[in-house]
Amino acid sequence: MTDHLDGNVLAGALSEVFTGDVTAARARCGGCGRMSVMAEAMVYTNAPGLVARCAGCDQVLATIVDTGDRLILSLAGLTAIELRR
Amino acid sequence: MSFATRGFSGRRREPDTRLPPGQTLVQDWPVLSAGPTPHVDTADWEFTIRDETGAEHRWSWDELLALGVEDVTVDIHCVTHWSRLDMDWRGVSLDKVFENVESEHEYVMAHSYGGYTTNIPLEDLLDGKAWIATEADGGPLDPEHGGPARLLVPHLYFWKSAKWLRGLTMMPDNDPGFWEQYGYHLYGDPWKEERYW
Amino acid sequence: MSAEPMTPVRASRPRPAWHVATVVETRRETPTAARLVLDVPTWPGSEAGSHVDLRLTAPDGYQASRSYSIASSTPAGTTAEPPAGQVVLAIDELPDGEVSPFLVREVRPGDQLELHGPLGAFFVWRPGESDRPVQLIAGGSGVVPLYAMAAAHGAADDAARFRLLYSARTPADVFFADELTALAGPAFGLDLVYTREAPDGWPDAVGRLTRETLAARTIPAAERPRVYVCGSTGFVEAVARWLQELGHAAADIHTERFGGL
Repeated sequence: MTDHLDGNVLAGALSEVFTGDVTAARARCGGCGRMSVMAEAMVYTNAPGLVARCAGCDQVLATIVDTGDRLILSLAGLTAIELRR
Repeated sequence: MSFATRGFSGRRREPDTRLPPGQTLVQDWPVLSAGPTPHVDTADWEFTIRDETGAEHRWSWDELLALGVEDVTVDIHCVTHWSRLDMDWRGVSLDKVFENVESEHEYVMAHSYGGYTTNIPLEDLLDGKAWIATEADGGPLDPEHGGPARLLVPHLYFWKSAKWLRGLTMMPDNDPGFWEQYGYHLYGDPWKEERYW
Repeated sequence: MSAEPMTPVRASRPRPAWHVATVVETRRETPTAARLVLDVPTWPGSEAGSHVDLRLTAPDGYQASRSYSIASSTPAGTTAEPPAGQVVLAIDELPDGEVSPFLVREVRPGDQLELHGPLGAFFVWRPGESDRPVQLIAGGSGVVPLYAMAAAHGAADDAARFRLLYSARTPADVFFADELTALAGPAFGLDLVYTREAPDGWPDAVGRLTRETLAARTIPAAERPRVYVCGSTGFVEAVARWLQELGHAAADIHTERFGGL
């Protein structure tokens, strides 16, 4: 069953943390080194948090857990992300 | 801001004293997944417990079932606020699995096919509190619900009941698993609403 | 002397924020979908293809939110249609859904809801950005953000050639049918594929979109179109795979999947 969406769906949650739209940013996967736009990640939304995985190797790139009063963000699966001014 | 949309109530939320705080009763079984669903044939399935010496105790599918399968009826509570009551399961008690495993370590990391992990104190897996479940609702576990076998630890939030179970590793410390690293509670008692860090 | 910036500085986009929206009009869009026209006085405008997170709150504080594409856009420098401060959504009812049945069946003019947006700077089309042709490919209600692009293209009188391939169940299930027909012309080609039932005398076979139809009814890869695909996960994956097999570069294919209740 393929039940993931695209990285586009991260825009709402990430806009609470970053000043620009991070879904249009390029980032490098820490697993396979693939460079791609965050919007092209595979995002699993039917989960306890949002899970963005690399479209190339399935590595977890980012997670967002919404606790109500806090957002807990992990970008641990990325080696780097390019944020335009 | 007190804001409400006229006429919106959301899914019906029935109060029930058997439900932990913040939970809603559902009749269906929502599918949650943090990644692609692994499809593992029981012929290839293998379950391993690895202790602190590095020794591995292995069971094939048939060897696991030969330990003795029991019927259990339990309530399950997902951290995403839904609960099911009186759900019928079949599985092998972890007491049977641990019968010949010697370890000084008090914590366990459950590992899944597909890479998922979750941490649980060993005492929460013993004394009739946890199973390796192979059937639910009267039939074999579908892959989307964690089949062929998943952990069943009903007294903790359901993310602890790892789908697609492939092994347990004994740990000296309570290291965090997948969701525990990303913001969820290290223990996860639904009655204390231990949802997040 | 400071170094030249590495990339041209683009006019900054409006920052997403929460807005209170009042329903102005509801209209049956298809047998399963409704069009909602919302008045949002604080709305900063949005680019064609962007989306909002829509949040409903029950009197007891319970909240549910979902992402919806915006059918309208208000790009700078063009005649605003619909007027600034107005947001148009078209919402398909998902069986067993929690939010969409409410929006499709229950919402009335005067009702208020909350929007977080505008969201998404990737799956958008901007007038004047490129002369390359644009191929839009829609499955079902996935046409909503693509309709916004087609309408923005028409309003901007943009030079890029546009074409939309739209897979719908039946003629009654076509979103924005009148508007799309009105847009069709030399600068905008409209191709419909019906999966269940076609109008009388329809020349093409009725059935799921195939790779052959995709190849015949879209701008060829040799013309290097920018491609936007929106639909269910299964639809988007099949189309994106076929497009690459037909020679389109992965970087030219923008996708937006929808799902969830």
